[in-house]
Amino acid sequence: MATHPAILFQLGASHHTAPLAVRERLAIDAARASDLATRLGQIAGLNEFALVNTCNRVELYGVVSTSDAFPALHAALGAVTGCTPAELDSAVTLRQNHAAIGHLFAVASGLDSQIVGETEILGQVKQAYDAALAQHWTGPVLNRVFQKTFQAAKHIRTNTGIGAGQISIATVAVDLAGRIFGELAQTKILVVGAGDIGLKTVQAFQSRGATAITVASRTLAKAEEAAALAGGWALSLADLPVAIAEADIIASSTSSPDFILTRELIAAGIKRRPARPLFLIDLALPRDVDPATAELANVFLYNLDDLAEIAEENLAQREAEVAKCQAILADRTAALWPQVAHSLNAPHAS
Amino acid sequence: MAPLLTDRALLWLGALLYLAGFLVGLIGLTRRHSPAGLRTMLNILLIGGWSFQWLGLYQRGLVGRGCPLGNTFEIVQFVAWSAMLVYFFVGSTFRVSLLGLFTAGYAATLALVSLLIPQWDLVRGQKLFGNNPWIEAHAALAVFSYGVFGLLTLTSLMQLLQNWSLKNKRLNGLFWFLPSVVQLEQINYRLVLLGVTLLSISLSVGAAWWVRNIESVHLPKLMVTVGVWLAYLTVLLLRWRGRLVSVRFAWVCLILFGLALLSLGPVNSNRHGYQPVTLTPR
Repeated sequence: MATHPAILFQLGASHHTAPLAVRERLAIDAARASDLATRLGQIAGLNEFALVNTCNRVELYGVVSTSDAFPALHAALGAVTGCTPAELDSAVTLRQNHAAIGHLFAVASGLDSQIVGETEILGQVKQAYDAALAQHWTGPVLNRVFQKTFQAAKHIRTNTGIGAGQISIATVAVDLAGRIFGELAQTKILVVGAGDIGLKTVQAFQSRGATAITVASRTLAKAEEAAALAGGWALSLADLPVAIAEADIIASSTSSPDFILTRELIAAGIKRRPARPLFLIDLALPRDVDPATAELANVFLYNLDDLAEIAEENLAQREAEVAKCQAILADRTAALWPQVAHSLNAPHAS
Repeated sequence: MAPLLTDRALLWLGALLYLAGFLVGLIGLTRRHSPAGLRTMLNILLIGGWSFQWLGLYQRGLVGRGCPLGNTFEIVQFVAWSAMLVYFFVGSTFRVSLLGLFTAGYAATLALVSLLIPQWDLVRGQKLFGNNPWIEAHAALAVFSYGVFGLLTLTSLMQLLQNWSLKNKRLNGLFWFLPSVVQLEQINYRLVLLGVTLLSISLSVGAAWWVRNIESVHLPKLMVTVGVWLAYLTVLLLRWRGRLVSVRFAWVCLILFGLALLSLGPVNSNRHGYQPVTLTPR
């Protein structure tokens, strides 16, 4: 019978430890994840494990009876990813016990993400845990640690400003539209120009419920092509005056050297719907929207620089919250660790 | 059982609870993610303040045997009370963030100022409504409509702030919590409609009795009252036709309410038979 306690560990690589080229090789698809799980299941002394596998990180959480199992874990990772031992040594980090819990808390709360405070990671960690639970890879230690992780991440999201404010151009624009229109489901969006950035912005609006999309381009064929992608209607630039009067949000991204949306054009458009505000998003360089349109009542104009500045401000505010979040998570880690340590000392863990 | 607190003590309690609500709301503003219980605490304080204010006004009403609108103090208290009542409906229907804070500040200011100016409450008119419930209803509805216009002033102020914030790209701090432009537009439209409707009913009732005794109302009061009603009716019609919207609408509402408050002087000057105010219970 083992007399030493089992070890809770985290072994893996992320954007903090590995360059993109190495992360590409470490990336594990479904087939390779299954292969890795099979190999892990054969390692003696590995009692529990769960694999968190996202575009920016491959991390294995588990419980081993002794540290003798770690070389086998490295070997399994190397065999599945094709990375050399030297590459793994430089990219992969190992955290144990208290540090492993703290790291998982930080990951799930978005503190360790490339975009600090992003929320997608929590869903990915939950998926990883659900998959491990379904396969009976987890046990009492990991079950407790993951449940406490979800509680900690929820607490951070609710009680700090780590997720406040959008930090990409498209989502900042959507956030601003929410301040102008509230619900976006009923808003009518006009995209001028069939460029990639305009369509990405439309996707961001669609993710918030917007459905009425119209694409206007110099040639109708291009507009129809882009409209098909966006799931909207197409029209040519000649129909712009009528479309402006109908639209609530106009995102423009043409390559025109001159203003497409002049003050006169916008003024004429809003005259037909004076009570409804108009949100102009100028995503083009050189600019598509005459800056003088911002002087019109009920018209709100934001260009690329404005959106980028807001994104940077939001990011700075998120980063200012990091220290507060770390202090909260440190307290929670310290509170959880004695319980986990007790479980690791129990006979079933080793 | 005789009440333990005088009407003024109850009104003081109400005003202080409004002030406490305002301060709690301000604490929430210092962080983007205020604790979930803060909004509940704000609402509890406002309901508490409103209840105490209601009890204070009720005691005064018992003494005057009618709606407590006997002097400037009571009218200002009633305007604050009405604004808070309208907020409870508007706030719960539209879930407008920050409106509770603004209403708390507004009601606390009105209530505290009226309590801190003793001259407003030295005497009060007696037999204001001549034991006529219709005249009493006319007066109460008119002052209640001022409460609605007061709330409209707050939402107009919020609209100006939101507009400034979006135009100047200053989106953090207080501006972070402001409701959307469209939501404020909708609320403003409904509030001006409600206020004009109440004032119209009030004036219709008043007019029905006025034609029986034309000398009962002094000309300045008549002109000012009809002037305020016409001004708000014009604003409503222009808004309905889309001629007065957004920032211009908000500015007009702000200025108009200032003028409407000033009009309370001439309206109140029609009173006669003033008696010194005594606290109830003594």
